[in-house]
Amino acid sequence: MSDLFNVSAAPHIRTPIKTKTIMQDVIIALLPASLFGIFNFGLRALLVILATVLSCCITEYVYCRLMKKPVNPWDYSDIVTGLLLALNLPVGIPIWMAVVGGVFAILIVKMLYGGLGQNFMNPALAARVFLLISFPSRMSTFALDKITSPGLRDYLRDGALVLDGVSGATPLGQLKAGQTVDLFKMFVGNIGGTIGETSALALLIGAAFLMYRKVISLRIPLTYILSFAVFALIFGGQGFDVNYLFGQILGGGLILGAFFMATDYVTSPATPKGQIIYGVFLGILTGIFRIIGSGVEGVSYAIIIGNLIVPLLDSVTRPRAFGKERVKNGR
Amino acid sequence: MARLTFLGNVHKYSGKELSMDKPTTVLLPKDDLVFPLSQHIGAPAKPLVSKGDPVLVGQKIGEADGLISSNIISSVSGTVKAIDKRLTATGRMVESIIVTDDNEYTKIDGMGQDRDYTKMSDDEIREAVKEAGIVGLGGAGFPTHVKLTPKDPSKIDYVIVNGAECEPYLTSDYRIMIEEPDKIIHGLKILLRLFKNAKGIIAIEDNKPKAIEKIRELIAGESNIEIRVLKSWFPQGGERQLVYATTRRRLNSKKLPADVGCIVNNVSTVAAIYMAVAKSTPFTHRIITISGDAIVEPQNFYVPLGMNFSEILEAAGGLKTQPKKIVFGGPMMGQAMYTYDVPVTKTTSTLLGFIKDEAAVEESPCIRCGRCHTYCTLNLMPNQLHMAGRHNEDEKFLKLDGMECCGCGCCAYICPANISLTQTIVQTKQRIQINKNIDHELYELHKESVVNE
Repeated sequence: MSDLFNVSAAPHIRTPIKTKTIMQDVIIALLPASLFGIFNFGLRALLVILATVLSCCITEYVYCRLMKKPVNPWDYSDIVTGLLLALNLPVGIPIWMAVVGGVFAILIVKMLYGGLGQNFMNPALAARVFLLISFPSRMSTFALDKITSPGLRDYLRDGALVLDGVSGATPLGQLKAGQTVDLFKMFVGNIGGTIGETSALALLIGAAFLMYRKVISLRIPLTYILSFAVFALIFGGQGFDVNYLFGQILGGGLILGAFFMATDYVTSPATPKGQIIYGVFLGILTGIFRIIGSGVEGVSYAIIIGNLIVPLLDSVTRPRAFGKERVKNGR
Repeated sequence: MARLTFLGNVHKYSGKELSMDKPTTVLLPKDDLVFPLSQHIGAPAKPLVSKGDPVLVGQKIGEADGLISSNIISSVSGTVKAIDKRLTATGRMVESIIVTDDNEYTKIDGMGQDRDYTKMSDDEIREAVKEAGIVGLGGAGFPTHVKLTPKDPSKIDYVIVNGAECEPYLTSDYRIMIEEPDKIIHGLKILLRLFKNAKGIIAIEDNKPKAIEKIRELIAGESNIEIRVLKSWFPQGGERQLVYATTRRRLNSKKLPADVGCIVNNVSTVAAIYMAVAKSTPFTHRIITISGDAIVEPQNFYVPLGMNFSEILEAAGGLKTQPKKIVFGGPMMGQAMYTYDVPVTKTTSTLLGFIKDEAAVEESPCIRCGRCHTYCTLNLMPNQLHMAGRHNEDEKFLKLDGMECCGCGCCAYICPANISLTQTIVQTKQRIQINKNIDHELYELHKESVVNE
């Protein structure tokens, strides 16, 4: 029977861009921010990254084995989750805490809901919020400089021990307290914060790469940042104060969140109209959390709450089929 | 002028350079010829000959049966060997007339006579097209004389000649535009006689500069014919996409181009109309492209209908290695077959041989990237339609406008998770078409889903 050819329904050709290619692109796009984090905070940042990435990969592998599911053939999605989680953690976090976060992201948020493509919240952000609620003080102690340690054991076990003297308020905290911030430092990233969020420059390089590769569009990030800026302008109480506005945009996890987390395919709307509404929704939520609420950060909460309205947005913003006329009454 | 286009699109490897610049070679058949009685949309033709009868080139051997049907014309002279079921490129066994070639090619009386189409009446022109057995050669195979008979011919504003040829690898339309562009222009003039208020548009993708140049030269001075250059991407040549790109008029699945004042014909069809009307030559030969990475010498042939594809393949140097897949038509919408031992029919324009079967890949989970929606030219949500189809949720499928899908294949092509979106959607569409006749509730829903004001 070897003379017979394959028979299948059209189309007979496929794009070379696969899920794996897209995940690879995201990882490459996150590299500048990761490298800057390591440069800024020292090798311990690398340790945190390795801890979350490995815990994510191992959790997925073990889960699939135990549940007798086919082990995902290395589509890199777990690496993306691990990397995003690490970039959202302070460098001084104990390693075991980072590992708990990684396991939570993959096991609870992703795999228990059906694995890749089925989770309704961004796993990395859900894990970050989980850690924030469970260990509030450790999660909000931010290093301002490289971490050094007198001994390897302390270094590994408990980075925070050596944080004294180098930790302090982040630019967002300063803004909240009514101080001005150094915008240039914030743009380059020589400020306190989580591993990956400090350098807007590194993040924007990665985002430009993603846009060049057509992995993400500007719809969500732009509407998110713009609507947040408008919110800050109106409710910030500072009027049109450049230092305040750009401080708010560059500070905290807004750039990281807008370009890399809010655009996560699985948990963002698929329709262009839905994406724009989603961006505006996130901008307003972030504004409420940051400016009206008592906290200084709000991006993570805004995005995971935004995730919840995605199915709704997708169904109400479904465009009319081409050539189909609007029905005057009914439906 | 900006290049014209429509909503989504797929930009892909075109493969056209394999056979684009190879002049068409005339091939003569060696073996028996097979004329399936159903090579078009509509009722199969009725055979007019029986076993042992002599036939001539251009003789009508099958007669259109019913309103939507088409004549079958012999492309050789010889004797009828049998009338039997034969395998065609559609994968079906079709009742066919098998003719043994006498290699003399004796024509019937009057074939090839010049006729002055400017002195023919509209009905004479339509009758000539009908007698010649012309159908839509772009692949659909809709009988052309039916298309040329809309309810009110005076309401047609545009006669569009489709020279987009957007499918990768296909070059038969391109060759006809390069080699016999005057036939296309004259064919269009004949059509414009039928539609007095219409303007002629020849639409060509911008990856065919030579064809654009040739046509442009020929239409210089024609006030009523213009050329429109289209962006080269798929499915630019789809009827609904082309009408939108050239006239900005929108068609849904239930409308015909005539409903928005357009008549769309493929370049090869238009050339065939010219031959039928002005040269009294019925449609008996067509250009076939043989291409793909498994073919030794990809090229174009001018062959009689009914000739076996294995003979044409042999003339193209045969196969490099055993291919994994053979496709009749383009790789996006064509038909894969398990053999190439089938006859040339009116609508088979291409045989493609691929060493690798790109479609034979494993599916991975949907990551909701939304590419299928972005690239859907009809603004549908293929991933949701696919899920509705897989779960047999016909009601949901109809609500999501699944019946509007034109099956162009863009969503399945672009899906990074290799999900068979187009395949499921087309299959569900077919299932609903069948079920709605026995399921009253489904029928009502279906009717509702395609309301026009």
